[in-house]
Amino acid sequence: MKTLLTRHSKTLLIFVLLVALTLVCGWLEPRFLSRDSLGAVLKYAGLFGVIALGVSFVILTGGIDLSIGSWVGLCAVLYPVLLKQGLGVGEAALVIAGLSVLAGLLHGFLVTKLNLQAFLVTLCGLFIYRGLARVAGGGREQILPADQEWLRDALVLGRPLAGLPVPAVFLLMIGLAVLAAVFLNLTVTGRRLLATGRNEQAARFCGIGTVRLRVLSYVICSLLAGLAGVLFLLDGRSALGSSFGNSYELWAIAGAVLGGCSLRGGQCAVAGVVLGSVMVAEVRQAVFFVAGDEWKEFVIGVFILAGVIADEAFTRWMASRRVKS
Amino acid sequence: MPPITAPEPILEAINLSKRFPGVQALAGVSARFHAGEVVAVMGENGAGKSTLMKALAGVHPPDAGEIRWEGKPVRISRVAQAETLGIAFIHQELNLCENLTVAENVFLGREPCRAGWWLDRQTMRKRAAELLARVGLKVSPEAVVESLSIGQRQMVEIARALAREARLVIMDEPTSSLTASETARLFEVVRDLKSRGLGVVFISHRLAEVMSVADRVVVLKDGRNSGDLSKSEMSPARMVQLMVGRDLDPSRRRPEGVPTGAVRLEAEALRTRAWPEETVSFSVRAGEIVGMAGLVGAGRTELARVVAGVDRALSGTVRVDGVALPPGRVAAAVQAGLALAPEDRKEQGIFLEMPIRENIALPGLGGMQRLGFVRSGDVTALAERMRGLLGIRTSGVGKMAGLLSGGNQQKVVLAKWLALDPRVFVLDEPTRGVDVGAKAEIYRVIEDLAAAGAAVLMISSDLEEVLRLSDRVLVMHEGRLAGEVGRAELSEETVMQLATGTLHV
Repeated sequence: MKTLLTRHSKTLLIFVLLVALTLVCGWLEPRFLSRDSLGAVLKYAGLFGVIALGVSFVILTGGIDLSIGSWVGLCAVLYPVLLKQGLGVGEAALVIAGLSVLAGLLHGFLVTKLNLQAFLVTLCGLFIYRGLARVAGGGREQILPADQEWLRDALVLGRPLAGLPVPAVFLLMIGLAVLAAVFLNLTVTGRRLLATGRNEQAARFCGIGTVRLRVLSYVICSLLAGLAGVLFLLDGRSALGSSFGNSYELWAIAGAVLGGCSLRGGQCAVAGVVLGSVMVAEVRQAVFFVAGDEWKEFVIGVFILAGVIADEAFTRWMASRRVKS
Repeated sequence: MPPITAPEPILEAINLSKRFPGVQALAGVSARFHAGEVVAVMGENGAGKSTLMKALAGVHPPDAGEIRWEGKPVRISRVAQAETLGIAFIHQELNLCENLTVAENVFLGREPCRAGWWLDRQTMRKRAAELLARVGLKVSPEAVVESLSIGQRQMVEIARALAREARLVIMDEPTSSLTASETARLFEVVRDLKSRGLGVVFISHRLAEVMSVADRVVVLKDGRNSGDLSKSEMSPARMVQLMVGRDLDPSRRRPEGVPTGAVRLEAEALRTRAWPEETVSFSVRAGEIVGMAGLVGAGRTELARVVAGVDRALSGTVRVDGVALPPGRVAAAVQAGLALAPEDRKEQGIFLEMPIRENIALPGLGGMQRLGFVRSGDVTALAERMRGLLGIRTSGVGKMAGLLSGGNQQKVVLAKWLALDPRVFVLDEPTRGVDVGAKAEIYRVIEDLAAAGAAVLMISSDLEEVLRLSDRVLVMHEGRLAGEVGRAELSEETVMQLATGTLHV
């Protein structure tokens, strides 16, 4: 039990911070703790959590994906366009999933085989996919057809836990997080991926195919971004190619970083990413109540800065304790 | 012309000691350097040559002892202080900003200024051109360093030392990556510096070079002075003798005539990127421990990496039990039963931030699964078995590997491969940074492995270790096998002569 506590001490600390944040927000603004408000927080935590989980795989292997927001936008526009072409829900989902896998393979190939910097590759992706989203949408807002309301309820807004303000999308994100945690911690491929993130050279010296695993992390990221594109569309009911999903990658990275991921790679706990995403959603909501929506970027920036400084201090404190013992 | 040796040395080191974690690099070394004198510092790998140079240049200030500059005691705790005194230190891997011009590098940090603020480009160019002429470098001061050869860059470093009005120039293995003509050029400049009254100190392994350019040789061994030869006393044989000068108690060696089996590892005409013009062939039999000696940079690690499939050979074949391995594929080598314990343990051998048990299980994880899921019980059982077998000292296999001592980390590296029962084990510096107790345990593991029928190739710069464990020793010199020494003829002196290129077999 004691080793379990020390091994997950960072995640526990983040959890304590999250509870404290909730209480402080509730104290500042009692409306924050209302059922509707909490439901909204959990909905955003669910939506952004899906892309945060995706990007945390890439961050784990020391990479980054800046194209997430544009990919969300492209998929959100594509979904109604594909339905208009006469495709069914399943077929449209398959097309989007297939394209997402291709995008991930492309990022992975360029980063590993051509040894390009992930920042640059996905920055180009950010522009290219945004451009494609505008073209695909024909400059018009793409509207979710009325016969898709059932899917909106089932995947995003519905509250399957009777009486509790927990939207379906939050449960979906938790389900994906459980899958991710099981994958990383219990499967052979997952352990190898984790090892590749911790020390890629040593993994290569063990005979692990590190290139394939790094490509896999980009595929997972794009796939989850594609899923999130559809989920965001279901939530918002319409998407404009030129702006939908703008800068979402930064909110996803923010969630991952607040959850304890280090952009140097090797450090990522799935539970932390979930908590980080909830934290980001809470701060958004609280700022909306207390200061007005226009303050949200400012506050989240200060909040993350404080978080990384605290993280650095915490790491040093753990290291000094280790030296003493 | 006899060296102009002033009675008073410009720099004198008295009883310098320096300790790094796990190793006493310097244990009371003294040396004197005069103006107008060229001194070579020699010694085996790990004898303390570089540490002495770095202590004098303020890179690694000594723990104890005294440094005197022109007879006055000084404390040199930073590079800048050494520079102010007049000591210029030229690193083995040169220290230039590749994206800047030659002139900018020469005056980096000492730029000539106008009105205390504005860079005086004109003066800088003019003075740089003068200095380049003095070192005989025919490139424009405006050339970007990136476009220069290694030899030319070395001259830029020397020009920089001159720009700072250095009186003593220290060079750490200046010729290790120079061609023959570049080396000749460098020594012309060294002689010129000497005739202008500068002192020059350099580290070299090449006996011929030292004979031709040095006025005096300071030989170190195990962090102590082992000899100081004047020009008239210098001879290659005498230098090698001073560098080794220790013989191992024969009773601690491997018994002669250990029975060996068929050839397990076979390397045929391998060429590596480090020495593309040389090919290396050798083989190791089952039950045999073959030592591989040589100086740092002789190409041993590059060879090990190619054998293990970490790098692709330029040409040549590696066979395990007669079957050729696909080039550049570690997984295939592991599959064939070949394991490599790499030289750089922390970067390549171990996952410091992962538990010991996961480190040990990682290469064999594929064999401990059910439907893709890791069987956690198997992992723990394996780790516990290895902990007992190798005597890994820890309170539990769930602890992070980074918390272990160097010796125990190395045992973890060995354990992860032993778990796969390797048929061929390549060990690159298996006891670097390992304490004496753990060393003995690692030796026992290596001997047990050979006794069980594995072929062991052990690269080591520790001659004592090579002599103690090897049935046969391959000696590398500048990318090729300089010779092979059997168990009967094995002596530290023979190996060292082969490694320095003074003996040809």
